[in-house]
Order: sequence, then C-alpha cells, then structure tokens
Amino acid sequence: MPQFVSLAAAVESAIRDGDTVAMEGFTHLIPHAAGHEVIRQGKKRLTLVRMTPDLIYDQLIGMGCAEKLVFSWGGNPGVGSLHRLRDAVENGWPHPLAIEEHSHAALANAYEAGAAGLPCAIFRGYIGAGLAKVNPNIKSIVCPFSGETLAAIPALRPDAAIIHAQKADRAGNILIEGIVGVQKQAVLAAKRSVVTVEEVVEDFGPRSPNAVILPSWTVTAIAVVPGGAHPSYAHGYYKRDNAYYKAWDAIARDRDGFLAWMKANVLESGPQAFAVHARRLAAAE
Amino acid sequence: MAQNYTSTEMMTIAAARALRGSDVCFVGIGMPSAACNLARLTHAPDITLIYESGTIGTKPSVLPLSIGDGELCDTALTTVSVPEMFRYWLQGGRITVGFLGGAQIDRFANLNTTVVGGTYDKPKVRLPGGGGAPEIATSCGEVFITMSQSKRGFVDKIDFVTSLGHGEGGDHRARLGLKTKGPTKLITDLCVFEPDETSKEMTVVSIHPGVTREQIDANTGWKVKYASEVAETPPPTARELDVLRELHARTARAHGDQA
Repeated sequence: MPQFVSLAAAVESAIRDGDTVAMEGFTHLIPHAAGHEVIRQGKKRLTLVRMTPDLIYDQLIGMGCAEKLVFSWGGNPGVGSLHRLRDAVENGWPHPLAIEEHSHAALANAYEAGAAGLPCAIFRGYIGAGLAKVNPNIKSIVCPFSGETLAAIPALRPDAAIIHAQKADRAGNILIEGIVGVQKQAVLAAKRSVVTVEEVVEDFGPRSPNAVILPSWTVTAIAVVPGGAHPSYAHGYYKRDNAYYKAWDAIARDRDGFLAWMKANVLESGPQAFAVHARRLAAAE
Repeated sequence: MAQNYTSTEMMTIAAARALRGSDVCFVGIGMPSAACNLARLTHAPDITLIYESGTIGTKPSVLPLSIGDGELCDTALTTVSVPEMFRYWLQGGRITVGFLGGAQIDRFANLNTTVVGGTYDKPKVRLPGGGGAPEIATSCGEVFITMSQSKRGFVDKIDFVTSLGHGEGGDHRARLGLKTKGPTKLITDLCVFEPDETSKEMTVVSIHPGVTREQIDANTGWKVKYASEVAETPPPTARELDVLRELHARTARAHGDQA
C-alpha cells in the first residue's frame, strides 16, 4: 500500500543521490512540482531518464542535479532549444553532463521491456541512423526464426519513477486519463515510485473498464499536489500553459537570469504555488 | 508581379496538396502540422492524422504547440500509449506518410536534427535530436520533408545522420533491407524536389511561381539537378489561403489566451 505523504516526504523517501530516476509524462502530466522538490532537496549525481527532457529536466540540469541524461528528444516543444541542457552539453555548465541518446521508439520499447522484466528491448529501428554509431548501448540482434537483424538496447530499470496523475482513490489506486505516454511502463519498470495527483476521491466512479489504473500495490508514495503538472497539463483539470513554454526560452537563455528565476520560483517556493496556475488555466466545464 | 501570399504559405500549401484523403499520416510539429491540417480542412477531409503522443485520427481546430497538446486528445478517435504508438502503429507498418523536417539536409534527403559543428561528443550546437524521426524515416510507407531552403540548411554533407533518407543514393535503402520508399517529396519555400528514379538524388520537379533557378541554386549547398521537365507549382487558391490563415489566426488566439 502506498503512503499518502507530503511531496517533500515522498521525494525524500524515494530518491537518493546517484539514483537513476525517470520523471515521465509525454507532454501531458509532466511531474513538474515533484521536479522542483528534487531541486529543493538538492539531490545530486542523478541519472535522469526521460523521452523528452522538457522544461522539467532543463531546470534539474541547470541546477546541477544531474550527472547523466538518457533521452530521445531534448527541445522545448514548438519553441526551440532547452538552453540549460545545451549549456551543459556544449559548455559543461554547471558541470559536465554525460548523455545517452536514443530515438523515441527505442526508449518507449526500453520502458516496456523494463516493465515486462526483460533484460533488453528488441525492435526494428536505427536503420541507417547515426546514433547507432555513437551510442554503445545500441546493438543488434538476429531473429532466430527469420534471420532479420533488429535493434536491441538495454531495458530501462530506474531506481525510481516519478509521475503525475489525475486521481488517487482512498486506497491509493491511481487513475490516468488522456495522453497516457509511458507512465504505466515507467512505474512498473522502476524499483520505487512517487505519484503526485490532482486530487483524492472516495471512488473513481463510472469509468471505462479499460481505464489506465495503477493498482495501489505498484506505487510507493502518493502526494496530493493540485496543479502539479504545470506548465504541462492535466486532462480534465487544466490546459497546457503554452505561453509559459514560450516564456521559458528567455528565462533559461541566460545563466544569471535562470538562477534568479529558480531562486524565486523554486527554491523559495513550494508545491502550493502550482494550485494557483491550475486555477488560472482551469479547463472549461 | 506582386504576390498575395508568402513563400512559407506556398510551402505549406504545396505540402498539403501532396497528401491524399486515404493517407494515414504521422505528423510532426510546426510546418508539417499546418500542412496536414490544411489538407484535412480542404481536399482531404478523410485523412487520418496521427501524432506520436498516441493520438489517432485527431482533428484539432487549432494547431498544437507541442506534439501532445490536449486539443489532440480531445479530438482524437482514440489515444494509445506511446509504446503502442511506436510498436503497433509505426513499426507495424500502418502509417502511409511520415512528415519530417530538419536543421540540415543533403542531396539524398538524409536529415540532421542532432548536432551541428564540432563532433558528436563536443558539438558546436546541440540540437534537440531525433525523437521519432529515425524510425519514422524507415517505417512509414513514404516520407515527405518540408524545409525552408538556405545554404546553411541544404548542405553538401550533413554533420550527423539523424534519420536516413536515401543514404548514399541508388539502392542504399534496399541494401539495408528497407522496403519503404523513404523521402518521395521535399517541399521547400522555393520548389518541390523528388528523388531521381535511379540515383535517388533529390531533383527539382516543380518551381513555385516567381522563383528562379538562380534563387534555388543560390540557396542550395550542392549543384542542384533539375528534371527534364520542370513544372510551375500552381499558386495558392483563395480557399487554400483563407483556410490556412484562419487556422493560424485561431491558433494564435488560442495560445495567446493562455498567457
């Protein structure tokens, strides 16, 4: 049974310095509030795994939490570069960042392999692609039945997964709706998991029998953080803050401006700030 | 002759025209998204648009800023997980057209969105990377590419092969075991390229109204080949322009609303 705890306690219990951590959510339900808490707790030497690093990892990288990044697309969607990620890769600021780069197909398969308890992911990919030459974790395997050569990469088995979801019920079961991304796979692949939720309900009520639900016994800790996905969004609760994504470009471009922003909005702030954004962007009923 | 449209509008409209109502299209953000939705709102209302976030058969009324805006899920026929999207739908061979762009392209339509300058480990400029592109390039039935033409982007040798086009040309794709066609159209703000039947070098087949061969040559980092018969791209129709501009205006209002 997961414990309902504060966000600070959830992150404290699940994330240790040096851990491999996957904070997932494909554009939707990105656990930004939890990312801020990891920064506030000053976690160090993390290997951060995420298909699309997005603003959440730009912030963690810029604040020096990461030693390595495993990713497949490192931009600000529809806007441009992630400047903190670029500064780390191009100039080693605030310290050098090792990268392990894959394609989306590869990481999606690697999460699924991790959830399935397999040692590696096998798929038809990387044909003629340059990454296969620079990433030693991209190998090939010959199908014993057809003889076809397929790509293989190690399964992802993070120490911890962090996700944001719409609802938990009192028993600690988790409901995810909308663009479900790889969150189910990430949680099932990880040793420990933290889930932040918009709200806790008595009962999920009428729902599709195929709704994505993580049973309580697959989750380590739950923290209720309304708005916890902002500036990403929570389907049915609030919209993606596209203006914020655009504004991030200028904030992150400059080291001093970035640090000042992080001090004011993360280090000296807390999860309660997210609820304000959620109310402002509330989905029209 | 004064034109009542921009070269970017011409590019988007030319790209939209290449899509058919029967297509199942894997859509990228930016120009591809505008072109695909323009096709859906004009000549190809039955087209199936798929975004890599897992949304299948989506019909957004405004263009998404990201690949996974809520609008895409709200208007989709169904939304699947990301592993399912890449395994069953893309790898499974269900997609007829993939739409790609890039920072750099070469004459065989290999694309780079990874690093420019320096080496992979010590790049001068670190770009976002491939995302879905490496497998879109090889698993979709064919690939359309849209890019604004410039000497910086259209280069003799790309710094990194993020996604395979026609490789070194000729039968290179077939030698790699691929049965998909790869890039069949490269639509720019100046013209439309298609691969030569044997060499697979991207060859100009249609030039947009008012554009000269000198302009095309001056904005390309290799010696451009022209087909024996080069057409003039039909100019945008009033309806195409109206629908595209309305789509952009709706999008600007929607994204601005959230400030």
